[in-house]
Amino acid sequence: MRSEKPHIINLNNHQTLNTIKPYLRLSGLEPLIVRPETNFVNVGERTNVTGSKKFARLIKEGAYEEALSVARQQVENGAQVLDVNMDDALLDGVQAMTTFLNLLQSEPDIAKIPVMIDSSKFEIIEAGLKCVQGKCIVNSISLKEGEEKFTEQAIICKKFGAAVIVMAFDEVGQADTKERKVEICQRAYTILTEKIGYAPQDIIFDPNIFAIATGIEDHNNYAVDFIEATREIKQRMPLTRVSGGVSNVSFSFRGNDHVREAIHSVFLYHAIRAGMDMGIVNAGQLVIYDDIEPALKKLCEDVILNINNDDNKATEQLITFAETVKAKGKEIVKDERWRKESVEDRIAHALIHGITEHIDADTEEARVKYPRPLDVIEGPLMAGMNIVGDLFGAGKMFLPQVVKCARVMKRAVAVLTPYIEEEKANNLKKDGVAADSGPAKILLATVKGDVHDIGKNIVGVVLGCNGYEIIDLGVMVPADKILSEAIKHKVDMIGLSGLITPSLDEMVHISKEMKRLKMNIPLMIGGATTSRMHTAVKIAPEYDNGVIHVLDASRSVTVAGTLLNKEQKITYLEDIKKEYNQLSQDFGNRNTGKKSIPFAEAQQNHAKLDWDNTQTLKPTFTGTKIISPVSVESLIPYIDWQPFFITWEMHGKFPAILEDEIVGTEAKKLFEDAKEMLREITEGKWLEARAVLGFWPAKKTAADSIKLTADKKEVSLEFLRQQSKKASGQPNFSLADFIHPNQEDYMGAFSVTIQGTEKQVEKFEAQQDDYKKIMIQALSDRLAEAAAEWLHQEVRTNYWGYAPHEKLDNTSLIKEEYQGIRPAPGYPACPDHTEKIKLFDLLGGETATEIKLTESLAMYPASSICGWYFGHHESKYFGVGKIGRDQLEDYAKRKKMSLEEAEKWLSPVLE
Amino acid sequence: MQDIRTLLNQRILIIDGAMGTMIQKQKPEESDYRGTRFADWHKDVKGNNDLLSITQPEMIIGIHKAYLEAGADIIETNTFSSTTIAQADYDMQSIAYELNVASAKCARAAADEYTAKDPTKPRFVAGAIGPLNKTLSLSPDVNNPGYRAVTFDEVVEAYEEQISGLVDGGVDLLLIETIFDTLNAKAAIYAIKHYFEKKGTSPLPIMISGTITDASGRTLSGQTLEAFYVSVMHADPISIGLNCALGANEMRPHIEELSNIASCYTSAYPNAGLPNAFGEYDELPSETAAIISEWAQNGFVNIVGGCCGTTPDHIRHIARLMENVKPRKLPLMENEI
Repeated sequence: MRSEKPHIINLNNHQTLNTIKPYLRLSGLEPLIVRPETNFVNVGERTNVTGSKKFARLIKEGAYEEALSVARQQVENGAQVLDVNMDDALLDGVQAMTTFLNLLQSEPDIAKIPVMIDSSKFEIIEAGLKCVQGKCIVNSISLKEGEEKFTEQAIICKKFGAAVIVMAFDEVGQADTKERKVEICQRAYTILTEKIGYAPQDIIFDPNIFAIATGIEDHNNYAVDFIEATREIKQRMPLTRVSGGVSNVSFSFRGNDHVREAIHSVFLYHAIRAGMDMGIVNAGQLVIYDDIEPALKKLCEDVILNINNDDNKATEQLITFAETVKAKGKEIVKDERWRKESVEDRIAHALIHGITEHIDADTEEARVKYPRPLDVIEGPLMAGMNIVGDLFGAGKMFLPQVVKCARVMKRAVAVLTPYIEEEKANNLKKDGVAADSGPAKILLATVKGDVHDIGKNIVGVVLGCNGYEIIDLGVMVPADKILSEAIKHKVDMIGLSGLITPSLDEMVHISKEMKRLKMNIPLMIGGATTSRMHTAVKIAPEYDNGVIHVLDASRSVTVAGTLLNKEQKITYLEDIKKEYNQLSQDFGNRNTGKKSIPFAEAQQNHAKLDWDNTQTLKPTFTGTKIISPVSVESLIPYIDWQPFFITWEMHGKFPAILEDEIVGTEAKKLFEDAKEMLREITEGKWLEARAVLGFWPAKKTAADSIKLTADKKEVSLEFLRQQSKKASGQPNFSLADFIHPNQEDYMGAFSVTIQGTEKQVEKFEAQQDDYKKIMIQALSDRLAEAAAEWLHQEVRTNYWGYAPHEKLDNTSLIKEEYQGIRPAPGYPACPDHTEKIKLFDLLGGETATEIKLTESLAMYPASSICGWYFGHHESKYFGVGKIGRDQLEDYAKRKKMSLEEAEKWLSPVLE
Repeated sequence: MQDIRTLLNQRILIIDGAMGTMIQKQKPEESDYRGTRFADWHKDVKGNNDLLSITQPEMIIGIHKAYLEAGADIIETNTFSSTTIAQADYDMQSIAYELNVASAKCARAAADEYTAKDPTKPRFVAGAIGPLNKTLSLSPDVNNPGYRAVTFDEVVEAYEEQISGLVDGGVDLLLIETIFDTLNAKAAIYAIKHYFEKKGTSPLPIMISGTITDASGRTLSGQTLEAFYVSVMHADPISIGLNCALGANEMRPHIEELSNIASCYTSAYPNAGLPNAFGEYDELPSETAAIISEWAQNGFVNIVGGCCGTTPDHIRHIARLMENVKPRKLPLMENEI
C-alpha cells in the first residue's frame, strides 16, 4: 500500500516514461493510496462521540490523553483511516475537534494514518482541517441545504486539498431508493467536477446505509438499494469511491454483537463486490465471511439481499435465530497467538518483548523437557538473549527494552537456580567436584567515596543480557576489596564507575594497585566524570594489561566481547594502547589556544557589578530552616526530563524525543512507565524529600574570600577565579564578585535529599526487577534536582524574597531564566569539593541535613543536591576553567592546606 | 515573454544559490542593516537579511546579478522571513508588506536587465515564501503537546500579506520553500488560492519545495516524502521538489523517488554538502555540480540550483553541466484506473 511502483512504458525514442493513475491518494504521516488491489479501506469508528460511549465520556471529562488510546487501539486493530467526530450538544465541537486533532498529531503511531473529519456542522469540519498536515477526508457535505451552500463548502474543502464524502441527501431529503441515490450522486458529481474543478478521484459517495430487519416491510430492501446504487455509481463515475457507515445496517440487532458482526460481514461481502471501497467499521470486530456458521450466514444473506422475505419471513427467522444466540460479552483480546508456539519460541518471544506474565511456567516446562536445568539457560534462554543482544547491537532495540528483557531473564533464572544448586550439591557429593566453569565473569564497582550507581547498574544489566556473569560490588568500594574479590572470583574483567571528580584519582590508584599485584585482566573505565582523554593520560599509563574507556552501556558489550576473545584481545589492546599513547602525546603537546594571565591580574579584572543601583535585601530570616517532609507530588512539575532520558541512553531534546523517528516509540513507553512509577511513589508514599536552607550575613574580606557570620561562629569561604585571558571588557569571574565589596550583604546555602529510595531499590532487587530498580534510582535523581529547583523558587519568591512576583514556567526554570544562582561546590563555578564541608557545617551537619559526606565528599544518599545561594541580579553561572600555579599556591595558603593536598583536590582544574 | 512551461520541456532550468551565504560574505554590520531609515530603531536588526532589500538594495541587486551572470534562469526574492510572524523577532511586523515589494523589485530589476541583454534566455523571478519560525503541527511547549504557538488563520493572514507584496512587486512565480511542517505549507497554499480568488486574476504558477531533514527520509513534522507530496498536490504546482538540510549526495534517493511519483515538474536545490564541524559548507562547486549532473542524466529533474553554502560559482558549474542534459519528461496522466 505504500510507495507507488511506477508503470514504465517504452517510447520510441528510448526514453522511459512514468504513468500516473488517477487513484484516490490520502496521507497522514504516511501515504494511503487506494488502488484496485486495496480491496477495502477500514475506517476506524470508535473516536466518535456519537458512536462510542467511552470516547464520549473521556472527551467530556477532558481526558484527551486517554481518549488518544482509543484512537491508538483503532490503528492497532487495523484501521487505515481514523474517523473523528465531536458532534454532541454538550460539547464545544470546534474546540474539542481542535484539541483532539492537535494532540493526535504528536502521536506518530496514530498520526501515520489519514484522518476523516466527521461532523454535521461545517464549522467543526473547517476547524479540523486547520489542524492536520496530511490529506484528509471530509465527512460529509451534501445538497441538503441547496446548491449554493454545497458549492461554498466544497470550495473550502478544495483549498485544504481534502477528499470529500458526499452524502446522498438533497433538498427533498435522504435518498432511500437506488434511483434517488444514483440521481443525487450524479448531480453532485457534475457540480463538483464541472463547476468547482474537483478531481473525480477525490470524491467519495455515501449512498446511505439504513437499518434492515426492523419489522417494517418498507425497510427490507434498504441493503439491496445501497448495493445496487453502488454498482450503478461505480459504472457511471468510475473514478469516484463509495463509502458507508456499516453498523447502521444491523441497528435492529443491537445488544447482540454475534449476529451484528455476521450481518456486517455478509453485507460487506456483497457491497464490496458491487464496488464499495471503504466503510466505517470497528476494525477489531469483523468476523471472516467464511467463518460464519452456515445457518446464520444463510439467514443474513436472505435478509440483506431481501430474498424469501415476503411478509418479513426471512427477517423473523433471523430474529428467532438471534434470540438463541447468547450475547457473549466480547473482551479485548491480546494477541496471544505466540502462546501456541513451542516452549523455546515462547521463551524467546517473552524475552524479546519483555513479557514476564508466563515466564515462570514456561521455564518450568522447559526444565522438565531438558535433561539438566543448566541446559535451559544455555539453550532457549541464551538463544533468546542472543537475539536481544543482536537487536540492541543493530540499534533495533533500546536500553529500556533491554532492561525489561533482563527482568524476564532474571525471573527465569530464579526458577532454575534451586535446581542448579541441587545438582551442584549432588555432583559434589558424588564426585567431589564442582560443576563446570560457566560464563565469563565481570566485576563491577563504583569506587571508594562515590555513591552513584545508575550507570553501573545499567552496564551490569546489559552485560548480563549478553551472557556474562556479573559480580556487582555496589558503591563506595575500596580498592583492596575490589581487587581481592576480583582475585577470589577469578573474574575475567573489572569495570569501574564514578560520577564525581575525586573518583578519577581513585581509579588511577586502582590501576597502580593492579600493576603492583601483577594482575593481567583488563580494566574498563566508565561513568559521567570519566573520559577517553583522562583514561589515556592518567589511568592507562599506570597499568599495562589493558585499560579501556567505555563511553556507555551499549559500547560495553562490544568491548567486553572483544576482550574475552583470545585472538581479538591482543590486537585490540595494542590498538587501544597506540591510540591512547597518541592522545596522551597530543595532550602533552597541545596548544590550548587559551592564554592564562597572572592571578593578580585576574583579580584586578574582577566582575564589576552595578552596586550603586542595587539595594541589598535582607532575607526573611537568618540561620537555618528545615523543611521536611516535602511531598514528592509537589515536586513532579519541576522535573527536567531530558537528563532522565539521557540516563537511559536516549539522547535528544525532551519532549521532541517522544516523537523521534527511531527511539520515539520506546521513549514514549519509558516516559509512560516513569509516570506510572511516579504515581506509585506518590500513592504509596515511597519517597519524600528533605530540604534544609540557611542565610547568613556575608562580608567580603579579600578578593576571593567571603566571611559568613553564623550564630556563634564565623566561617570563611574561599573561591577560585577564572584565570584565562579574556577579551577586553570581559571580567575574570569569581563567585566572590557577587557579594557587595564593602557593605554588609547576604548569602545562602541549601541541601535537598530524597529519602526512601534505598528501601525500594532493595525491594526491586529482591524481585529481580532491574528495570524498576534503575527506574526508581533515575527518578530519585530527577526528584532531587526538582527539589532544588522548587526550593530555589521558594527562596526567590518567599524566603529571601528578592523576586516576589516571579512567574516562570518549568521550561524557563530549566533554561535558568531566574534571578540569582545556586552553584554547588565541586562543580564548574566553584570546583573545590572541600568547601562542601563548610556548607554542611553551616546547615547543621548530618543531623539537620540527613546527608553523609564520603571521604571523596560525595553526598549519601546519592539523590542529594547542595549549593550556595547568590541573589544579585547580575550573578551568573560560569566555569572557572584552568587555574595557574600562582592561584593554587595562594588558594592553599588561604585554605591552610598543604600544597599537595590542594593539588589533589584541584587536579581537574590545574593546567 | 516565453511561458516557463515551454522552457521546462526544452531544458533543465537553473535556479539560483544561497542568498544568506552571499550576504554573510560581505559582512554587513548593524549600521548597514539599519541604513538611514532605521538608524534609531529600538532593537538590533543585524541578521534581518530581508531588511537589506530596503536599506542596501544595491547589495541585494548585486547578488542577484552575480547569480544571473552565473547562468540562473530563476532567481529567488530575498523574502525568506518577510512575514509579520517572522519579522516579530525585530519588531518589524509593520513593514512586512513593504519588504516583499522592495525585494521583488530588486530581483525584478536584475532579471529584466539580463533578459534585455539576451532575450533568448528569459529570466524569471520567484517570490520566496519561507517556512516561518512558528509551526502549526508541532508544539513548542514541553508539557503540552496539543498546544500551538500560532493558529492556521494567523499563518494564512501573514502569508497572504507576503503574497500581495510579492505580486505587487512583480514576481513571476511563487515558491513555497524549505517546508519542514506541511501544515504551514498548506496555509501558504490556502493563502495563495484565497488571494487570487479575491483579486479575481488567474493565479501565478506555484513552486513547492520541501525539506527532508535527515536520513530517515521524513520532514521535520514526520511525513514521508510521498505523504508530503500527497498533502500538497492540491496546490496544482508547476513543480515539486526538495531543498536545504541535505547535500546533493544525501538528497539523491529522495529526488529519485519524487521523480517517480510527481505528476508535475521536479526541482532540487541542495546545500553545498553537509556542514563541517564549524557549521561551514565546503563542498566544491565542481563536486556539487557533478552529483547533480548524475541525477539529471538519470532523468530525475527539471529545475536545479543550490541552497545553503552554495555560491555563484556553484551555480556556474551546475549550469554548465546541465547544458546538454535532457530534462525529465512529465509522466503520462492516465484517466482510467
